[in-house]
Amino acid sequence: MEVARTMTETKTVGTSSTEAVKFKIKMAGRGVNVHYGAKHALKAVDIDIRENQVTAFIGPSGCGKSTFLRCLNRMNDTIDACKVTGDLKLDKQDIYDKSIDVVQLRARVGMVFQKANPFPKSIYENIVYGPKIHGLATSKQELDDIVEKSLRGAGLWNEVKDRLLDSGTGLSGGQQQRLCIARAIAVSPEVILMDEPCSALDPIATAHVEELIDELKSKYTIVIVTHNMQQAARVSQRTAFFHLGVLVEEDDTANIFTNPRDERTQGYITGRYG
Amino acid sequence: MANDHIVKSFDEELKRLSNLLARMGGLVEAQIATAIQAVAQRDGDLASGVIRSDARVDELEREIDDQVLRVMALRQPVAADLRFALGALRIAADLERSADYAKNVAKRAIALNQVAPLRPVHAIPRMGAMVREMLKDVLDAFAARDVAKAVAVWNRDEELDEMYGSLFRELLTYMMEDPRNITGSTHLLFIAKNIERIGDHTTNIAETIHFLVTGVPLRAERPKGDGGNFAVVSASDSAE
Repeated sequence: MEVARTMTETKTVGTSSTEAVKFKIKMAGRGVNVHYGAKHALKAVDIDIRENQVTAFIGPSGCGKSTFLRCLNRMNDTIDACKVTGDLKLDKQDIYDKSIDVVQLRARVGMVFQKANPFPKSIYENIVYGPKIHGLATSKQELDDIVEKSLRGAGLWNEVKDRLLDSGTGLSGGQQQRLCIARAIAVSPEVILMDEPCSALDPIATAHVEELIDELKSKYTIVIVTHNMQQAARVSQRTAFFHLGVLVEEDDTANIFTNPRDERTQGYITGRYG
Repeated sequence: MANDHIVKSFDEELKRLSNLLARMGGLVEAQIATAIQAVAQRDGDLASGVIRSDARVDELEREIDDQVLRVMALRQPVAADLRFALGALRIAADLERSADYAKNVAKRAIALNQVAPLRPVHAIPRMGAMVREMLKDVLDAFAARDVAKAVAVWNRDEELDEMYGSLFRELLTYMMEDPRNITGSTHLLFIAKNIERIGDHTTNIAETIHFLVTGVPLRAERPKGDGGNFAVVSASDSAE
């Protein structure tokens, strides 16, 4: 169950001017540390991810933003040398608890990657794969409904409805990425993590994905890692700046890009970091 | 900001903007000084020079507008850079308006030469010196990103308002004493009002500096001197 909280000032979380906006915390990290062997990749990260908002993680390469993103659905579990400590909750439930089924967790917290990676199967098969293994649908009719709903949700339906049995890999780069988003939403996740989802796309395809992100936030909570700061500015409501494994500053996106409080944030977003 | 941009040409474009503003500021200071001198010395040639040079101020404002537009379109500045670009636009507008007031002072200086010298004219160079000092300080504050100095200028405007208020009352009395003083006194009144308005634009610049350095507006209510807004003179005052 989510809990409604009133916005309060803390060490790392800024508030925008005056309003006492009510929002729900979908995911929360407290004192999250990540080690890759001897390397201390993330240092005591505290953050609240707000429900039905887009949170952008920005920062230079190696700052820990992708590492943190991968903690949110335990993708780091697959790396042997990676050790995650601290507290990470999804709806107040500890996602690193022993009782957690990681496969179920990843159905609730889906992921879209930098490079579109459709399965080398038909568009239709790409979408129904997840619902099938999670047992969300059995009949042909149910699966057809999920395919249409997901492709519509990803803004791809009109472009592919007449060729659902064509291979997913035959689509354009932008369409492939939207297919991956459709695949992610087919299992009805609550949170969608996106790791550089537009870095391989041209500006028009990027605009389609950004428009989609904006629409998706009414149903899902979205966390996006991006190197493109203008993209963070365009699509997110909250922005978190990571630097050398530290969450330096997290605030309303408009504040980050007009008046960041930390010199390091200012230096990075204005192109002075170096 | 202490650090340079990784992309040096961005720094060069921002520097060019700073240089244009410095030039425009210097020119406006000179325009005001010369216009005041034209009034004090009843010098029509000086006044004509101010009127002619105003076009150069307008041209600099256009150059600054173009440069800001360019930086916005090509660099998409954010944070302190964005506030600087917006601030440059606003400061240029305030300087341009101040120069217009100087030009109007110069025009009235020419008109004043057509009438006999008036005693209250002595107050004009004092007000002029004060506003020039304010403008100079605010431009220095801009160059040095010195918020404290900008706020000091902002506070000083009160004194200028009070000088204007007392001159206003003096001129009212003067006009009541002898209707032949009305033409000259009215011009003097407008000259003083122009100077007082330049002071207001100077405080706008101070507010812009506060915003572009700190990122927050200067919210406090500015102390305002009695600008003669409520002054009335009854017939019995002038009979004394």
